[in-house]
Order: sequence, then C-alpha cells, then structure tokens
Amino acid sequence: MSEMPLLQVKNLHTSFFTDAGEVKAVNGISYNLDAGKVLGIVGESGSGKSVSAYSVLRILTDTGRVKEGEVLFKGENILKYSEQQMQKFRGSRISIIFQDPMTCLNPTFSIGSQLREAIRIHTDRNKEEIQARALEMLQLVGVNEPEKRLKQYPHELSGGMRQRVMIAMALACEPDILIADEPTTALDVTIQAQILELMQDLQRKLGMAIIMITHDLGVIADMCDEIIVMYGGKVCERGTADEIFYNPRHEYTKGLIRSIPRISEKHEKLIPISGSPVDLLNLPKGCAFAARCDHAMKICLEQPPEEVRVNDFHIAACWNNVKQMMDEAKDGEET
Amino acid sequence: MDMTERKRKERQLIATTVLALVIFAAGLLFLPILTEKILLGAVLVLIAGALFFTNNTGRYVCKRILLAFLTIFIIAAITFFTMNAIPGGPFSKEKAPSAAVQAVLEERFHLNEPVGKQFLLYLEGLMQGNFGISTKTGREISTTIFDSFSISAKLGGMAALLAIVLGVLLGSIAALNRAKAADRVIIFFTTLFVAVPSFIMATLLLLVFCLQLNWFPIFSTENQSYVLPVIALMLSPMSYITRLTKTSMLDVLGQDYIRTARAKGVKQWLVIFKHALRNALIPVITYVGPMTAYILTGSMVVESVFTTGGLGTKFVQGITNRDYPMIMGTTIFLAMLMVTATLLSDLVYKLVDPRIDFD
Repeated sequence: MSEMPLLQVKNLHTSFFTDAGEVKAVNGISYNLDAGKVLGIVGESGSGKSVSAYSVLRILTDTGRVKEGEVLFKGENILKYSEQQMQKFRGSRISIIFQDPMTCLNPTFSIGSQLREAIRIHTDRNKEEIQARALEMLQLVGVNEPEKRLKQYPHELSGGMRQRVMIAMALACEPDILIADEPTTALDVTIQAQILELMQDLQRKLGMAIIMITHDLGVIADMCDEIIVMYGGKVCERGTADEIFYNPRHEYTKGLIRSIPRISEKHEKLIPISGSPVDLLNLPKGCAFAARCDHAMKICLEQPPEEVRVNDFHIAACWNNVKQMMDEAKDGEET
Repeated sequence: MDMTERKRKERQLIATTVLALVIFAAGLLFLPILTEKILLGAVLVLIAGALFFTNNTGRYVCKRILLAFLTIFIIAAITFFTMNAIPGGPFSKEKAPSAAVQAVLEERFHLNEPVGKQFLLYLEGLMQGNFGISTKTGREISTTIFDSFSISAKLGGMAALLAIVLGVLLGSIAALNRAKAADRVIIFFTTLFVAVPSFIMATLLLLVFCLQLNWFPIFSTENQSYVLPVIALMLSPMSYITRLTKTSMLDVLGQDYIRTARAKGVKQWLVIFKHALRNALIPVITYVGPMTAYILTGSMVVESVFTTGGLGTKFVQGITNRDYPMIMGTTIFLAMLMVTATLLSDLVYKLVDPRIDFD
C-alpha cells in the first residue's frame, strides 16, 4: 500500500439552505493532497472552489452545511470532530488566507494583538516568546519595520502588507496545509507577483502543502504540482499542470485557457466563454457546462459525464472524451 | 511627522506655556476673585494646548473644552432671555405682596435692572461659582442642585448601567438567535418598550406594583425604593440599545474578519464577545453618551410620577414657580453634564475604534 495522502476529500457535497431553496454549491468533489505539494483549484465565481475549502475547515456561514462526504486528515475524518476539536485544528493543522486583505483583519485590534492571538491559541509559550515569534513571523513574510508594524492597526497598512500579515498569522503555528483562497485577486498586479513569490518561497522553506484557489489559471501555472478545474460544484478535469495546460480535455478548461491574455507579436483577440454561470438552485441533470459548451452533444444534456482517465496524470469528466475514445476504438477495429 | 517638525512644535509649546503662565500671574495680581483667576488660567492653558499640543487627541480635547465654554454661554443666554421674555416674574402672583415688599425683593434679585444688565450680573456671579439663591425658598441653588442631583445620580446611574448591560446582552442574544424564538420575543418586547412613553410606563408600574400588588409603597420621601423608578427610566433606553446592538452585531458577524477569527481557531464565545462585540459597539457608543446624561439628570416626568425629589423635579418646580435662579442653575448644570457626556463618548469612540483620528 502506498503512503496515505495528507488530506483526502471524498465525495464532498455542500449546500446552502436559503429562503429561495437549496443552493447546491459543491456536488461531490474528491481529491487527494500529499504533504508538501501544491494543489491548484481553478474555476469561475460560483464554481464551488471557495466553499469546498471552507467545508474542509468547517467555517461555512450559518446556512451552509456539508451534506455528504468525508474529509480525512492523516486518515481521520475531521467532519466528525466536535466544535472544540475543530477549534484546536483550525490554524494549527490547516490554515487559510482569504481574498480581500482589506476586510479580513479586525479593524479594532492592532496587528500585534491579532498575530499574538493566533500564536497564543495553539501554543503554551509565555508572553515574551509569543512576542518574539510574532516578530519573527513578520520578518519571515518580508514586512519592513516589524516592531513598528506590530503596534499599528490594519488601516495603517497597505493591501499587500495586510496580506503578508495574514500569511504570517496563518503560518505562525506551522500548519501542514495552507489554503490560499484567491490570495492575490484584490491586489495590484505588481503586488500579486510579490505575494505569489513569497508563498512559493515560504513553501520551499517551511515545506507545508498549499491548496491554491483561484479563478486565474495564469496565476498558478508554474507553482502547482496538480490542478483541479471546477465548474458547477463538480470537478471537470484534474491533472498535472503540464497536462492541464498543454493537453486540456474538457471544453471548460479549453475555454479558460483561451481566455488568458498573452503577450505576443500579433494582436490576438481574447476569446471569452459565452453565457453565464450555471444556476446552483436548479442544476441541470446532465453536464453543468453543457448549456455553454460549443461541442455539447445530446448525451451531455441528459447524463452527467463520467470521469475518464486520459493518462496516469490526467482525469477529465467530459462526454467528448468518451466519444473520442469510442471513435478511436472504432477506427482501430476498421484498420 | 519628522524630527525637526516635532522639535519646532515642542519649542512652540514651551513658549506658549510660559506666556500663559505670565498672563496667569498677571491675572492673579489684577483680577480680584480667585475663581475668576482659575477660570482665566484654565482658558489660557486650553488655548495653548489647542494650538500647540503635538498629540492630536490632546489638541482635540482642548478645543472641545473651549467649545464647551462657548456652548454653555450660549445656552445660558438663550435660557435667560427667553425666561425673561415670558410675561410675569417670580413675585407676580395672585396674592401679590405689598408694593414695598415687592420692591425690596426685586432690588435683592436685581429684577429692577434692565434685562441685559441682569444677565451680566448673573454671569459675573457664575464666574465666581455662584448660582445665586432661590426666589422661592431662599436656599442656595448650588446646595439644592447638589442634594437633588445626588438622588438623580443614584437613580440614573443604576438605570443607565442596567440599560447598557442588559441592552448589549439582549441585543447580542437576539443577533445570535436570529429569526428564532429568543430573537422574536426580545424584539417584540423592545419594540413595545420603545413605543410606550416613559410616563405611561411609570404610571402603569405604579398602578400594578403599588396599588394592585402592594409590593412597593406609593409615596415615600424616606425609605426610598428605587426599583420602580429605575425600571421606568431604563426600559426605553435599554430597548433602544438592544435594537441598535442587534442590527450592528448582525452586520459585524457577516464581516470577513469574523471568518478570519474562526479560521484561526478562536473559541466561539471569544469570536463573539471579543472580535465581534468591540466592532458592534461603535454605533452604540454614540447613543450611550447623551443617553446617560439624559438619564442622569433625571427624566422629569418619571421623577414627578414617583416624586423622587431629584433634579428633574426641581427643574419642573423651578419653571412653575418662575424661580429664575433655579431655572438658570438647573439648565446650566444639565448643559454641562450633556457636554461632558458627549465629549466622553467621543473619547471612548477613539479608544474602541483606532481608525478615528481627531485631527
């Protein structure tokens, strides 16, 4: 038996129960994450990428509930944990940083106070040690004048600085996994690059695994070991970064790649994916992407696609693959 | 601020302080009365502070206190002249004393002088810390205010404290149990208490608990029972605070930083009472300052219903008796309390929300 993955998500279903009805945000996703690896989860708004991460940490809002599935951390199902166990788990084993650093820090507490709190919760260090650790963390994430920053309040820092503070807070207790939920979306492009570089650098130094959630394939291209493409709360395609980029086998992935702007000699037009995201209140019975897909067939509207192994490093859930394989098989018979 | 700037400011500060002290010393020599000297000194020091304090908050406080003097002066002027514009006076009654007696009395209270002169005379007394004596009882106004305020302060202090503590607690409970039974019950009753005027509430309480149930004595100047007046005073502000806290708590609980706190592994009750409440209280503080002053000075109607003999009662009596010095004294005292309370609540604001800069 091969070594057990650090994190296994199995057939996870999460819904929000609202006045309008049940919003099915995540509909049976599964993935494994090995220690020290970087997993990218890509998809547009409403594809369920963030909700799947919040489900793992159980920090959904009141109306959200995990309906089905397992989340195994080192073989233990953390969905079965009590709230107390979960409080010890969050921030110490799995940490998370969020999209908008402008609103994610509490405006009424100093940076130092919030950073020290994160350390105090999970360790029994004394005051001086906690202060020293807080300072060390700020230095580690490249915050200038760390002593001064500890005394400042969030509104006195820039967006990039605040995201660095968030990263410092998340990594203060040396978690095994860092979930980064669109960590650069709200930042300037130049700062985006800095933050991504910092995360890669920290990953090499500290060796934690990272789940990188983004809507921007370009952002994570050279940092992920594996990439999952999500649509309508389901996994469309999963594979190594190279496979996803150079051999996409799902129409949605292909659309995503076409819509990445490139700098090249000739002026190429960007090709957007037409249509609007799938209505999670009324999921179609077939493939969720079928309504926007240029290559949709009859079966796409009627049956959800099965996952097909493209090769050892690549799985895709698209009927077109099945069709292609059947065509190939037929050709083989004929020749 | 860089170093040279700071040094320059410090030098300015020292210079003005010296200047203020010199003027103060001159005042000591030339102004005849001690309270006036102290007042002048204080004003000079405040002006110096407002101009040259290096600390924003310090500068702000100095400015606010100076403005408070102005506010109180304006309030005093308005009250004095409207009071005098109303026909009649302290000694014009049905059973008026003889013309000779009336002349002596008017002489004593300067009522024979023109109104402008009267006002100046009153201000002069005020600068010496002298509120005058009552035209009705002949007692010192300051003693009366002090005695009655000690009753009002006890009642009001308890009511304000209860209103704040219970209001914040109930508001938090309602927010955390949104749309559940607890929330609905709390919101039903608080809506009721906000809508029912305090004098009706006071009368109802009297009827039910004193007349029907006989739990408390009806009238009592001795052996005062504070229970009913405190309840009557605190129900409406408590309800208002509950509703304010609920709304602002719900808003805060949906904020991203609450999710951050949970993701850090902060315990649920700490997330609510540390991370959420501190932010949720910001709008509540704005209301609590003036409310406390209002309750402390005694809601006049509630005090009359319960005949507590507090400041509110004295104020109302002063008006019915045309007791000019009493009306002026209580008004100025209330104004001072109100100004202090708003200043304090603004300062607490700064303490709770670091984003506020007084510059």
